[in-house]
Amino acid sequence: MEITFRSLWTMIHGMGFGALYLLACSGALVELYRLTTASPSSLSTPAQQRFVKIYLIAMVLLAWAAVLTGAYVIYPWYRAAPPPGTVNLSLFPQRLLISNPTTIGWHSLGMEWKEHVAWFVPISITMVAFVFIRYGRDLGNHRQLRAAVLGFAAASFIAAGIAGFFGAMIDKYAPVQGGPTIQITRGGEQ
Amino acid sequence: MSTSARFSPPNPPALTNGSGAAAILAAAIGSFALAVLAIAADKSPAIKAALVFYKPTGVLSGVTTAAIFIWLVIWLALDLRWRKKTIALGLLSSIAFTLFILSFLLTFPPIADLF
Repeated sequence: MEITFRSLWTMIHGMGFGALYLLACSGALVELYRLTTASPSSLSTPAQQRFVKIYLIAMVLLAWAAVLTGAYVIYPWYRAAPPPGTVNLSLFPQRLLISNPTTIGWHSLGMEWKEHVAWFVPISITMVAFVFIRYGRDLGNHRQLRAAVLGFAAASFIAAGIAGFFGAMIDKYAPVQGGPTIQITRGGEQ
Repeated sequence: MSTSARFSPPNPPALTNGSGAAAILAAAIGSFALAVLAIAADKSPAIKAALVFYKPTGVLSGVTTAAIFIWLVIWLALDLRWRKKTIALGLLSSIAFTLFILSFLLTFPPIADLF
């Protein structure tokens, strides 16, 4: 079993940071919704508050890691221009998608939207984490602030979902591959 | 027990909502700036060239770096201004969500291509 260096990075970006963010976001939405609908007197204990703060900081780190690896590690491989006369475009995903009318939309709509909309995720969740950490238990006294924070957390979930969906589909039709091969396990004898 | 004690409101907020309002509006403006810069770079070759901060990533590097810079500067400025104030959050949230929805729409290629 083996994987190429570029495929490994794509996996870290998408399945590591991106998918983990989406999973974490669903949990955060539940907690933030609970906070939004709870009365100030029934808010969580200091230990629970501390847990949510650490949870949100982890989400912020995941979101930034996802967009930074996407933009500065994987995207250059995705958009690399092939040398003139290249027939096999498998190492040039963007050109591979563009070369076929049945797949061009995955680039012209999918990647073009994904590469921008994904950045709304770290911006939103950084704001959400900041407000939660800044206000702590006092957030219980700011109903409108809690509602706005919940709204932005939901928006970050939608943006991450769009980016994740198109990332997965683009990688299905034109995977980023190449680079040194990493052998994970040696195949057993038949 | 006195009436005022029985019906006393919850603890008054220790912090004003200004800092939170600044963070919310700045996030929306930062997102909107990203969408506008992406369209501007797509339409103007001069802006496109100016926003290539890192060649392998192309114009995306400049669009996102500039938008993050705008977001952080506006956040800092608004926070310094509103930190101790109480802001009309209903109106501000409406503006912020409108900007955020516009950002989503403006980055959607079929809409971005209309400009």
